[in-house]
Amino acid sequence: MKIVVAIKQVPDRDASVRIAPNAKWIEERELQWAMNEPDAYALEEALQLKEKYGGEVVVLSAGPERVGSTIREALAKGADRAIHVVCDDLNARDALGVAKLLAAAIKPESPDLVLTGLQSEDLGLGQTGVILAELLALPHATLILHVEKTDAGLKVKRELEEGWFQEIELPLPAVLTMQSGGNKLRYATLMGIKKAKTKELRAVNAADLGAENAPVVVLEQIAAPKKQKTTQILSGSAKEAAAALVEKLKTEARVL
Amino acid sequence: MSVLLVLEESGGKIKRASWEALAAALKLGPAQDVTAVVIGAQTEALAAEAATRNIGKVARVEHPLLAQYTADGFCLALQQLIQNQNGTKCVVFPHTYQVRDYAPALACRMGQVLISDVIAVDDGPIFTRQLLQGRLTGTYRHSGNGPCFVSVQAGAFRADTVQAPQQTPAPIETFTPTIDPAQIRTKPGEPFRGEAQTVDLGSAQRIVGVGRGIKEVDNLKLVQALAEALGAELAASRPICDNGWLPMERQVGSSGQTVAPKLYLAVGISGAIQHLVGMKGSQCIVAINKDSDAPIFEVADYGIVGDLFEVVPALTEALKAGK
Repeated sequence: MKIVVAIKQVPDRDASVRIAPNAKWIEERELQWAMNEPDAYALEEALQLKEKYGGEVVVLSAGPERVGSTIREALAKGADRAIHVVCDDLNARDALGVAKLLAAAIKPESPDLVLTGLQSEDLGLGQTGVILAELLALPHATLILHVEKTDAGLKVKRELEEGWFQEIELPLPAVLTMQSGGNKLRYATLMGIKKAKTKELRAVNAADLGAENAPVVVLEQIAAPKKQKTTQILSGSAKEAAAALVEKLKTEARVL
Repeated sequence: MSVLLVLEESGGKIKRASWEALAAALKLGPAQDVTAVVIGAQTEALAAEAATRNIGKVARVEHPLLAQYTADGFCLALQQLIQNQNGTKCVVFPHTYQVRDYAPALACRMGQVLISDVIAVDDGPIFTRQLLQGRLTGTYRHSGNGPCFVSVQAGAFRADTVQAPQQTPAPIETFTPTIDPAQIRTKPGEPFRGEAQTVDLGSAQRIVGVGRGIKEVDNLKLVQALAEALGAELAASRPICDNGWLPMERQVGSSGQTVAPKLYLAVGISGAIQHLVGMKGSQCIVAINKDSDAPIFEVADYGIVGDLFEVVPALTEALKAGK
């Protein structure tokens, strides 16, 4: 099975983020970056499918030069080769614009399966995989925890709300968006990191993919969220704060 | 502004999230301009339920191939409905798992982009969504021609504001889309429950919720001791259950249980919306987190900004001493 995995580089979960002076996006200088976690689950599923059924795993990511480090990480974990869509204005494109770039890069590969995470940890739109399926005219399923190959195509386990699940059968080629938790994520081994350096990483310029970038939807401004409640912050040493909290819970909130 | 509101049902009843989406739709246009849409193979009862709300009319989109949800079926049916309803300016959905599965494709098919998971609608219209797992918000505007597609976050709008003021129910129209069985490419199975539930977090008076901040499975004993001292049930955010550190049935959030105890103590939980929707109805919320900007503090009544590995043992001691 030939599998393309679309991954995104996002700000590291523990990185402190600051709003950029123009309030259009965050300050990206000196930010730490990481692989979007749901995409890491998509990569893990792809690697396991390859181990079971054979084939090839191609990693695809769009973004500026820095994205290379996340692509290397995916190669170190076991992907066979990578395509980097070099694009310095990813944030100026809406979900459709980004998906068009990815679709244009995927098409000539003619994969059997396209995997990606269910959403990104930065924009959280949760749409890229579904739009990709539409642009590639392929069937899709979302929030997938488990993938099994059948004679007719795939049988997948889909998460529904409130602890329910559902099995879906669909033909190949197809697009799936992966939910977290279906597999355990692997770490890159030293050997893997070494090997990654020799693997093919092909750069494609966004401009050469012919995907236009007039957005339908525009992110105008970002801001700190409005507080829904006034929080009493209890300060002092751990011991003092703990004692103050117990007192408050007893006498003020009356929940102890 | 003419607005289509796509309702979602569960077990033959319209879901609460659908009425929250109506509250958002009513910010885009007056009630008489809102058409509520029910979809399925048999929609009479759903349409009758919808007609009692504060809307202009109900559209029943009915076809035997819509008996069970498929992305292909719903996209085809709704695309035809939208093209049939001239002048639709906005299409509003509740941001459910089902909507996430098909609405982006539907919007794309019509050259549009869904503005997903919005938490506020203001004049313009300007839509607010959360970014970076709730650490920031962003305001969005639709700039294209054609309808604007929007999905509304659960819990962001109040469902109890959308009862109809009028006595007579809204008129109901039926729309029959053309769908060929070959156009439906996926074969969905019947929904089934996961593992048997043995923990009923919903009836717990006090809950200690633990998140990524706990770092290692071995550190869980710290929060277990705290839960014991509090007489609380232990719960977790999704990543803890994904790692297999606690069973899935202890997960609180959109993919787990929804709880509203007297006391919810969040330890090392940053407060992504997927978790918040499951616990923000708690009477008293306490957050212990090293990051003072963590979104959990937006819903917390009390907070301690600090290292949980110092604060949690100190709190356990203080509770024991106070008994």
